[in-house]
Order: sequence, then C-alpha cells, then structure tokens
Amino acid sequence: MELIVEFYPLLVKGTLLTIELTVVSAVIALAISFTVGLARLSRHWIVRTLALIYLEFFRGTSALVQMFFMFYVLPLLGISLSPFLAGVIACGFNLGSYGSEVVRGAIKSVGKGQSEAAHSLNYTSYQRYRYVLIPQAVPMMIPPFGNLLIELMKLTALTSLITLSDLTFAAQIIRSQTAMTLEPFLLILVIYFLIASVLVGFTDWLAKSIAKRRGMTPVRTN
Amino acid sequence: MHWDWAVAAEVFPRLMAGLVVTVQATFVGAALAYALGLVLAILKMSENRAVRWTVYWLSEFIRRTPLLVQLYFLFYVLPDLGLFLSPFLAGVIGLGLHFSTYTSEVFRAGIENVPKGQWEAAKSLNYTMAQTWTRVILPQSIPPMIPPLANYLITMFKETPLLAAITVVELFNAANIYSNSYYKYLEPMTLVGALFLLVSIPSAYAAMWLEQKYSRRN
Repeated sequence: MELIVEFYPLLVKGTLLTIELTVVSAVIALAISFTVGLARLSRHWIVRTLALIYLEFFRGTSALVQMFFMFYVLPLLGISLSPFLAGVIACGFNLGSYGSEVVRGAIKSVGKGQSEAAHSLNYTSYQRYRYVLIPQAVPMMIPPFGNLLIELMKLTALTSLITLSDLTFAAQIIRSQTAMTLEPFLLILVIYFLIASVLVGFTDWLAKSIAKRRGMTPVRTN
Repeated sequence: MHWDWAVAAEVFPRLMAGLVVTVQATFVGAALAYALGLVLAILKMSENRAVRWTVYWLSEFIRRTPLLVQLYFLFYVLPDLGLFLSPFLAGVIGLGLHFSTYTSEVFRAGIENVPKGQWEAAKSLNYTMAQTWTRVILPQSIPPMIPPLANYLITMFKETPLLAAITVVELFNAANIYSNSYYKYLEPMTLVGALFLLVSIPSAYAAMWLEQKYSRRN
C-alpha cells in the first residue's frame, strides 16, 4: 500500500502511457489490416505480392527484433524515430500483419453469391467491397480483432526496452529504487489484467451491438 | 551507413550459438506448454464448478498480461521467495506457462469436438476411463489439434527474444550484446531478422501443409 502511495505518479504515468501506446498502435494496426488484407485480394499480382511480402516479413520476424531495428538501425539509415514512434510503429506494423489475415479471411468467407450478385448489378469493384462484402465481413472480424487487441496491449510492454516509461518500466524503476520485487510486479500484472479486461468488455459490447443493429434493420439493397 | 561483410562474418558464429539456445528454449517451452495446456484443458472440463472457475480465471489472468512482465516476475520475484532458477529455466517456464493458456483452448476444443455418442459407445462397451481416453477419445481428437499446436510452436519461437530481457543469450541477445560492445547495429540486427524469417517462413508453410492434411480427414 505504501508503495502505491509513494509511487503513485509514476504508476499513473506508466498506466496512461501503456493505454496511449495501445490506442495509437491499434489505430495503425487497423489501418494496415485493411490495407494489406484488401491488397491481398487485389486483381493485380504486383499488389498481391507486395502485400504477401509485407505479411511474411512482419509475421515472420519477432516483434522485439522489429522494434530494435526501428529504434537502433533506422537512425543509421537516416530515419530517426522517437522512442514512442518506434514503439507504436513496431507494435502497429506487427499486429497489422496478423490483422490483415483476419480481414482477408472474413471477406473471403462472405458467400460467393454475394460477390456475383454485386457483379450482376454492375457494381464497380469499389462498390462491391464498400456496400456488399465489407459490411457483411465486419461482424466476423470483431472477435478475432478483439483477441489481437489484447495481444497488442501486451506487446506494448516491450517498449520499456526501448526506453519508454510505460507500466513495465515503472515496475523496473520501483524495483531498482526499493529492492522490492513481488509488490511492483504483482501490482502491474493486476493493472495489465484490468486494462485487458476493459478491452475484452469493449469487444464483447461491440460484437453484441453490431449483431443487434444488424438483426433489427432490414438488409439494405443499395 | 554501409553494409560491412567483415562485421557480418564476425558476428555470424555468435548468432549461430544464439540460435541454438533459441531453438532449445522454443522446444523446451513448447513441451511445457503442451503438457500444462493439457492439464489446464482437463481441469477446465472438471465437474467441480469451483475448479472450473479457478482455472478459467487463472488462465485468463496469465493470458491477459504480458509475457515480458511474467518473465520479470519469475526472474526477480522467485529468488526473493527462496527459489533460484537459472535465466534459461525461468525463461522456458515463463514461455511454457504463458502459452499453456493458449494450447489448453486447442486441447479443450479438440476433446469437445468428439461427438458425445463416442463417449456413450465406449461406456456401452464397458471401457474403463483409461481405455475410453486412450482408445476412443484421444485418437480422434489429436489429429485436428496438430496444426494449431504447430502454429503455437512457431509463435513461441518468435517470442523467445523476450528472454533477452532476463539475460538469456539467445539469438537476439547475442546480436544485441555484440551491437552494444562494437556500436554496430545494422549487420547483427538485419541478420537476426533474416534468420528468423529463414526459420519461421518454411515452418509456417509446413504448418499450413499439416492443416490441409488433417482437415481433409474430417
């Protein structure tokens, strides 16, 4: 208890930074998921190949290696990123590769008849995705995206290794200043658990509210 | 900044030594994750509600918190409680424990997917519990589990760099130590990335092949 009082500002700052990292990298990951996921379904083989290379590269190497590469190697190549930027880009790019598979899988699982119906209505490719395929695929993406969001939140702990003072970093500071080990680490484990639980609750709510709205409104024809 | 082959050649043997540790950690960690995961899965299906509840929330707690912090916990806290683990051992226990919560879901789904009639058939043949498991349930539930379990093996392989944070000199740490002593970052980090790709891409395609092979049977 004394620990919480004494290190209150540090812990609050760490918690806020962890949340901030999670939110910003989730936005990046979501944008990449759709970009790469849709690119993999493109008609043009060059686009498909580039998307596949992205996927294999970011899914095939370790997140920590990517983060260190962005933080230590990119400056040598003339691209200097702040620790925060390196952190969110590494987390977002890494999870975005997994997310792109969710997007691709969900769109592919929409019945083939839907795609053919859009064709027969003379929809352009854009219209087919925008009004037919994506709206039907989104509800299917929510549960796997929810799991990835938890993975992303956990991934932000790695940013403590590139000097960011997130929750994990806060625990390390407390350990080095007080020589206590059990209390700080148990405390931040509980905080991480609470953040994750809020995210789980949010995903469940989102899945339910989408299902409810879809169930109540009739299927639009345009 | 130019690529220096001399640096690459110098760091390469160290990376190979690190890769050996990485592979060891992956397999020992995975063995632990599979064994513990099976135990968790069986406990999750227990008749006792208190057991189910406890195991569910325990594994959710492990699943919703970062592996890195769990590794710190094993590495820093256990010695204070009188339990001394080598960094490698703490690392593989952390890996195994963390991923057992994932593999337990694979085991549970695999076992639950065996139709109820199979249990009833075993019962009507007067099989003992051991016979029911070894002759009826497991032979049917194991094949569909193989692809997801293989995928977790690959995931764990990619998580091993976290062991660097608790001083294990695996592939990533071998590069990091070299980088920090000679201020050469480009070659070691690039090679580490390349080695990860070299192992994980063929493994991923092997896992996909397994998936096709075993899904055809169902």
